[in-house]
Amino acid sequence: MPLLRLDNIMAYYGPVRALNDVSISIDAGEIVCLLGGNASGKSTTMKTILGMVRATAGSVQFAGERIDRLPTQSIVARGISLVPEARRLFGRMTVRENLMMGAFSRRHESTADLDADYRRVFALFPRVQERLDQYAGTLSGGEQQMVAIGRALMARPKLLLMDEPSMGLAPVFVDQVFDIIRSINQQGTTILVVEQNAAVALGIAHRGYVLQSGRIVGADSAGALLASDEIRRAYLGDED
Amino acid sequence: MLSFSDILAILPQQLVFGLTLGTAYGLIAIGYTMVYGVLFMINFAHGDVFMIGAYVGWALLGVLFASHIVPMHPLFVLPILLIAAMVVTGLLGLLLERLAYRPLYQRGATRLGPLISAVGASIFLQNAVMLIFGAREKVYMTYAIFPRTWRFNLGGISISVLVVVIGSIAVAMMLGLNQLVQRTWLGRSIRAVAEDREMAAVMGIDVWRVVALTFCIGSALGGAAGVLIGFYYTQVDFYMGYSAGLKAFTAAVLGGIGNVRGAMLGGLILGVVESLAVTFINPAFKDAIAFVVLILVLTFRPGGLLGEALPDWKRV
Amino acid sequence: MRGLLAPWRRLAVPAAVAAALAIPAIAPNAYVMGVITRICLYALLALGLNVVVGFAGLLDLGYVAFFGIGSYVYAFFSSPHFGLHWPFLVVLPICVGVTAIFGILIGAPTLRLRGDYLAIVTLGFGEITYILLINLDRPIDITGGPSGIITIDPPSFFGFALRDNWQYYYLILLLMGAAVLMSRRLRDSRIGWAWQAIREDELAAQAMGINTTVAKLQAFAIGAAFAGAGGAFLASWQRSVFPDNFLFTESVNILAMVIIGGVGSLPGVILGATLIVALPEVFRDFALYRMLAFGLLLMVLMIFRPGGLLSFTGAPEEADPTESAPVQAE
Repeated sequence: MPLLRLDNIMAYYGPVRALNDVSISIDAGEIVCLLGGNASGKSTTMKTILGMVRATAGSVQFAGERIDRLPTQSIVARGISLVPEARRLFGRMTVRENLMMGAFSRRHESTADLDADYRRVFALFPRVQERLDQYAGTLSGGEQQMVAIGRALMARPKLLLMDEPSMGLAPVFVDQVFDIIRSINQQGTTILVVEQNAAVALGIAHRGYVLQSGRIVGADSAGALLASDEIRRAYLGDED
Repeated sequence: MLSFSDILAILPQQLVFGLTLGTAYGLIAIGYTMVYGVLFMINFAHGDVFMIGAYVGWALLGVLFASHIVPMHPLFVLPILLIAAMVVTGLLGLLLERLAYRPLYQRGATRLGPLISAVGASIFLQNAVMLIFGAREKVYMTYAIFPRTWRFNLGGISISVLVVVIGSIAVAMMLGLNQLVQRTWLGRSIRAVAEDREMAAVMGIDVWRVVALTFCIGSALGGAAGVLIGFYYTQVDFYMGYSAGLKAFTAAVLGGIGNVRGAMLGGLILGVVESLAVTFINPAFKDAIAFVVLILVLTFRPGGLLGEALPDWKRV
Repeated sequence: MRGLLAPWRRLAVPAAVAAALAIPAIAPNAYVMGVITRICLYALLALGLNVVVGFAGLLDLGYVAFFGIGSYVYAFFSSPHFGLHWPFLVVLPICVGVTAIFGILIGAPTLRLRGDYLAIVTLGFGEITYILLINLDRPIDITGGPSGIITIDPPSFFGFALRDNWQYYYLILLLMGAAVLMSRRLRDSRIGWAWQAIREDELAAQAMGINTTVAKLQAFAIGAAFAGAGGAFLASWQRSVFPDNFLFTESVNILAMVIIGGVGSLPGVILGATLIVALPEVFRDFALYRMLAFGLLLMVLMIFRPGGLLSFTGAPEEADPTESAPVQAE
């Protein structure tokens, strides 16, 4: 049974139809990437999974349970975390508090358990530990990205959603971030990455979907997508 | 005209009065600022919630007097009155949010809708109280609980125990709230919702529940302020919520709307300014002072003294 | 339902005008005439507020200030108070002009404020005006203090002073009619479009090149001017002015007329004025409960009929989550 299933999703963003008969499936342990250009519907897909946008048709299933009619906080409580586009940290809270907010759904668990997760985040991102008592709004873009990922990990999610993690980052940093994404996956977290930068996303993913104007136009293993001429031309900037 | 030495003589006393008044304004202002922080709405009826707190205190005081259940001593009377007022106004806040405001917000009504509804709620509450309790002002028998002789001398100024108790309770509540907001999960979730409602939900926070609780807490603080002000001014009327509300709102804006510490600071400043103005300028303009301050702040420094605590326009 | 009414709609306006003109003949007694005259006065005021709130979308909670200023200015120029007894046709423009200027003065600080803040600040101006009216009788007696100004002259036109109910009625009907015509012209004019754009989305309006500052000030000035005319009428009809004529509750009343009738709708506003003035007269026994019901009505109306009683769609616009700071981003 796949961990996450979207079946024939139709969704609107305001008056515009953003998703048209979208079906996606993700198995536990995978990294799946969702590719596409601007306004292809990538972000709307994320929002639909999280219940921030209501699908008008179709269903979303997580671990066998239908979640598309649930409010966002219930969906999140079932083990899905988000690293949003443009980070969206709580700028007026400290880094420490942001991480704590990530663990909100686990706030009643033992301190020992939570400490283990803090340590895991610090191991991945030493810089975060250095900046614990700084206000998140004062950090640089790259540092904020680290905190944003750390915050999402604090919930010990079964599924991690990442919305354009490369956005606004210097290329050298992008590689670092994607290496980290790979290690997070190797530690057991299933990941769905939405990305415009197809090359780097396909570099770590197992499989990929391609969205165009709200429709899935391609679905294959990462290797096959990388090799595909069409994909190369459209999204990887290759001219043959 | 007052001579310089006259002014020096009265000044400390007036400062004490002003600060005491200011702590009460601060308590009410916190209610405005917290609600604005999570809903971006001025709860126009908040002042009337404060008024109802004062009336609850008065009614209960009368009951305690008549029934002699407890000794007429502040140690017994104050906690009972405060808790009762806070419970009633807290529930009232929940009710208002659920019935009068949430239907408008969940439908995405324009700014006009909730504000007009709030005006309606304010009128309704004022008139309900007037009809139930009568139009004449009610008297708090302050001096039966705090004898006038309970005063002491501090550096040449005569301060009454009443003033000290009121100020301390108000300050204690504000400190308590500060702890709540900074150190507890509820407080953090309120701050998160105020800053970015969508991301707060993504953290697993039940946003509407947080909003309701914010209303509840803000209203309860306002209700407590009602009891304190009742003791301070010794009389309450159904119209007091309107003027106190506007002053407290000014205090909230002065400190920076959305900023809890700002509300406390704004309250203190406004209390002192009003007290001094009443002494040295015409007392008739007492109520106008707050408005003048409000207009000045909004014209020259709309973010308030401590800066408004609102989400950024451009997210990083 | 609109379709059904269509053939009759062309008759509606002329019929209404004819009925209005015939009122003095139909009205059973002086009391009813008085009520109808008051309805027209408040309709005039509501039309003025409609320009500010309905057309331009600026929630003015202190509108009664302009009403008061207009009244007192009339009292200054046409009563024993300062010993001036100028004729109506001279004083009316003065009232209108002065209130328009105050409209600009009061509007100016609010230009950069968002909805809630605008409302509170205008409320503040309303209160300040009231406080000034009550207190400006010392050291120099400008406003007559709490006892106001009395024995104001009735309106006089070339030596002929108004005396009878029906004469007053036609005067206010004239003023109100002018207000209706002006409102329609304004709504369909370039200014009207500018106001609508500002009401929908001020930033977008600015981006389109609309000078929002001028447009908003114009709304305030024109709205105030209507109230100034109403104030002149009140002073000369009541033959007296008191600060208590101009309390905050009046601002709320007038606002309610605009809202109940349907913000922006001219017949709606007139209907609102009629209801709010007439119903308390009808339900005089329930006077005590009137304000209570009023408050309840406002709340209920916002939930079920935000477009006003005459609207058939209850659809409110989308909230804009970026509209949060008290002051607009530049």
